[in-house]
Amino acid sequence: MLQAHGLACDRGDRRLFSGVDFAVPAGEWLQVEGPNGAGKTSLLRIVAGLAAAAEGHLEWEGQAVAEARDAFNARLLYLGHAPAIKDDLSALENLQIAAAVAGRPLDESTALAALRRIGLGGREDLPSRVLSQGQKRRVALARLLCSQARLWILDEPFVALDVAAVDQLCTILDEHLARGGLLLFTSHQAVHLAGSGGSLRLGR
Amino acid sequence: MNAFVAIVRRDLLLAARRKSEVLTALFFFMIVVSLFPLGIGPETAMLRRIAPGVLWVAALLAAMLSLNRLFATDHQDGTLEQMALSPTPLAVLVSGKVLAHWLTSGLPLVLLAPVLGLQFDLSARALGVLMISLLLGTPILSLIGAIGAALTLGVRGGGVLLSLLVLPLYIPALIFGAGAVEADVAGLGAGGHLSLLGALLALGVFFAPWAATAALRIALD
Repeated sequence: MLQAHGLACDRGDRRLFSGVDFAVPAGEWLQVEGPNGAGKTSLLRIVAGLAAAAEGHLEWEGQAVAEARDAFNARLLYLGHAPAIKDDLSALENLQIAAAVAGRPLDESTALAALRRIGLGGREDLPSRVLSQGQKRRVALARLLCSQARLWILDEPFVALDVAAVDQLCTILDEHLARGGLLLFTSHQAVHLAGSGGSLRLGR
Repeated sequence: MNAFVAIVRRDLLLAARRKSEVLTALFFFMIVVSLFPLGIGPETAMLRRIAPGVLWVAALLAAMLSLNRLFATDHQDGTLEQMALSPTPLAVLVSGKVLAHWLTSGLPLVLLAPVLGLQFDLSARALGVLMISLLLGTPILSLIGAIGAALTLGVRGGGVLLSLLVLPLYIPALIFGAGAVEADVAGLGAGGHLSLLGALLALGVFFAPWAATAALRIALD
């Protein structure tokens, strides 16, 4: 259960949003919506702990996140706008290093299986700089397949993906929710996910 | 610990894939040091006097060259965010990056210095002291440099600002490092200088990663 109480965010002198409350129970999703510049990414970064909230606080399983940041990080997977892919490393190396940094080292066969499932079979050893934008996103999404994090925070996960990949990502998200995972994401598209969830509208 | 090893391995791997960046700094060091004997002429007494200072100043400048990319590429491609979200404390990962930076830009200077020192007619003993002083001193350069690189992250024209910020902070390392070799050449013994350099290194290892981490958190916010 992830709960937010009265979150507010300032950018410079301007207040982007204030009084944002939400609760995401286990196995449910929350889609953050709003026009460009409404503060969707800022909200996600605040929840992930990358930015500080001007007001309000977060609770994870009934405990304030600020008091147990490392434990919270161990259960969190965040995918931002930048895919966190090193151009000089191969998809396989990128995936394995990202997993090690996230505290869960991957053996090669698991990583290869994930890359194959996400549609990068045969391209595992190419340097990422020769991959297309969509393929780079897929390398980042392969992290979802290997992740055991409970809370996924995804910023525009559907950007640059083709139709097949969008369907595949939806399946991956459904599986995550079915395992009792939580999902917080932004998207400008209407997304059809199984299970229950809601949406949060920023900006008016 | 796994994450620390992964970061060191990753940065070494990246350096191996982009050899030009490492080699540029090395050749810069070699050329700057070699220009002095050519410009001053073959007066061995004079060359022996200026050798420690020249080698150390060249090492400072060479170590500076790769600093502004220490965190910038990670910041751009989003890996810095992932490091900040790791269950391993960011300071540990930053230490890993500093270690990798030293291995690729500090250690080669240490190994190259005695060869370049021959141009200045330094004795074998003085060359040994020079190597030890660089071995203790170049990690300090990477550690202090990491604070500067983190503070100037995302700042326009950060490269020049970084030099202005970091070079003054290198002065203690320069004084004791070059001083150690000078003292040895003068027959005074380099022990005192080297001990102080070691103390600086211990302080740097302890505090610099935390300072750099604090600066990185500000840059990420």
